[in-house]
Amino acid sequence: MSVQEYFSLVFSDYTLRTITLGTAILGIVCGMLGSFAVLRKQSLLGDAISHAALPGIVIAFLITGAKTSNTLLIGALISGLIGTFWISGIIKKTHLKSDTALGLILSLFFGFGMLLLTFVQKMPDAQQAGLDKYLFGQAATLVESDVWLMAVVMGISLLVLIIFWKEFKVLHFDPDYSKSLGINTKLLDVLITTLIVMAIVIGLQTVGVVLMSAMLLAPAAAARQWTNNLGIMVFLASLFGALSGIFGTAISATSNNLPTGPVIVLIAAAIVVISFVFSPGRGILFREIRHWKNRNDLQLHKTLYFMFEIAKTHNDISHPHKIKILNNFQGYTRNSLKNLEDRAYITVDGPMWSLTQKGYDKAMNLYNQQDNTHD
Amino acid sequence: MKDKIAIKVDDLTVAYNFKPVLWDVDLSIPEGVLMAIVGPNGAGKSTLIKAMLDIVKPIAGTIEIFGKPYKKQYKEVAYVPQKGSVDWDFPTTALDVVLMGTYGSLGWIKRPGKTEKKEALEALEKVGMLEFRSRQISQLSGGQQQRVFLARALVQKASIYIMDEPFQGVDATTEKAIINILKELRKSGKTVVVVHHDLQTVPEYFDWVTFLNVKKIATGSVKDIFNDDNLTKTYGINYKVSLLQ
Repeated sequence: MSVQEYFSLVFSDYTLRTITLGTAILGIVCGMLGSFAVLRKQSLLGDAISHAALPGIVIAFLITGAKTSNTLLIGALISGLIGTFWISGIIKKTHLKSDTALGLILSLFFGFGMLLLTFVQKMPDAQQAGLDKYLFGQAATLVESDVWLMAVVMGISLLVLIIFWKEFKVLHFDPDYSKSLGINTKLLDVLITTLIVMAIVIGLQTVGVVLMSAMLLAPAAAARQWTNNLGIMVFLASLFGALSGIFGTAISATSNNLPTGPVIVLIAAAIVVISFVFSPGRGILFREIRHWKNRNDLQLHKTLYFMFEIAKTHNDISHPHKIKILNNFQGYTRNSLKNLEDRAYITVDGPMWSLTQKGYDKAMNLYNQQDNTHD
Repeated sequence: MKDKIAIKVDDLTVAYNFKPVLWDVDLSIPEGVLMAIVGPNGAGKSTLIKAMLDIVKPIAGTIEIFGKPYKKQYKEVAYVPQKGSVDWDFPTTALDVVLMGTYGSLGWIKRPGKTEKKEALEALEKVGMLEFRSRQISQLSGGQQQRVFLARALVQKASIYIMDEPFQGVDATTEKAIINILKELRKSGKTVVVVHHDLQTVPEYFDWVTFLNVKKIATGSVKDIFNDDNLTKTYGINYKVSLLQ
């Protein structure tokens, strides 16, 4: 199946439609909430939470014996939340830094989860087969009820963000100030963290424990490059998340043996790379171009200023001078002369150059600016 | 000076990790003063104002704003945090930051409307930042960022202004602009409390002063208590007012 065939089938084929819708919604939720995770400098929290969810999944299976995703995800939610509150508890109650607390909880919970998983897989009956799909996710197992659950989480997140939009904005920019405004910052913290945990939990089935945090961070990091407006950033992050989900699913569905979760994450990563290089305001490419242009301009202005110094010794500023006299001046090249002529700052006539009125005014301005910086 | 007390601090003790930062501080700030809090590094100046604002929870003691706890009076108080306490790369503009000052009086869901925007623009004009209103805040200089913070506090139309080192790392023009606004606020009957580092400018800028070094050393009018004795008690070395000039 080619990618084109895939997109023609996506509306008619039930399985494809379910999976595509699921990964797209997941991308939207993750982009939306991931923006706040990035802004509150808690990028690693997502990683810790997703790893902390693993023991919950296995314990939920051990207790209920059920393998329906909803039961297992409740286990994931509970152990993810416990991990999260332990992290904030450790940070508050001890001298440990937050990265240490995150690393500690991540490895502790994940290690315990792996231990349980290995134990469960060695059990005699075949009931437990497939639990390990939560490590890297398996989008093909998504059914309609999973997509409904994702849609509900998306709805709740959207609603909460709309209701508390300005509170979240000021909280993430300036927490102390938002407290002074009488905003209940503790409640908002718990609210946004719970939403982030929920977003991670609904993604475990598709993307898996190990890669889930990338889903949260990549779209948000990419979106930040394109805008200086929080609302637009959240919107773009959702869009990038959805695109990653849709194209990731398309690519993995069209070629056999490509796992959906990792492909989605790779697409998201590609969007990040593109954004970091090509975004006009903050991208590396445009920054280099601006840098290069500034240096070039500076070189040109130096030459122009040198010419101005010569020209102003004459009553007539447009009096022609020999090009030769520029030869001793560093920064002068044939090219820069041509550049100055292109900008109509000078005219060149054979071996002579003369300053134009425009060039004179420009150089005069440069002179004034230099003067200003000196006092 | 009026007799009404704007902020009353009683037996305030604050500790971080068992180390006391403020010890048994009593303080009454009369309404309508422009007060500096001075003291060496680690004296607990920022902690004191954060406790006043209910940001830091004390181990013991109470704080009253016009006779009531902060929770009931937050609309009366505007806070200007240290410029370095936030990430200026946050995706927002100068105008947007100033609008945050209106969030406290707006209810849930409600967004700042025309009235709020007008007030924010007026505040930006007052601090001389109107032309920078659409700038992303990381593109502002340190002095400009401080002015934006001041404008954000001004739109709160509070009776008490509490500021954490507003003159730190700003240019001379900004310092002058800020102090003029603070003096204007006092003239209109507001109370202004400023954590301040530059002892030299205390007599020129302020009319009230509190010396702090974990304990409160002295508080009163600059005329009465800004002297060698209190400076030495606070800073521990032989300080003299005459040496400051």
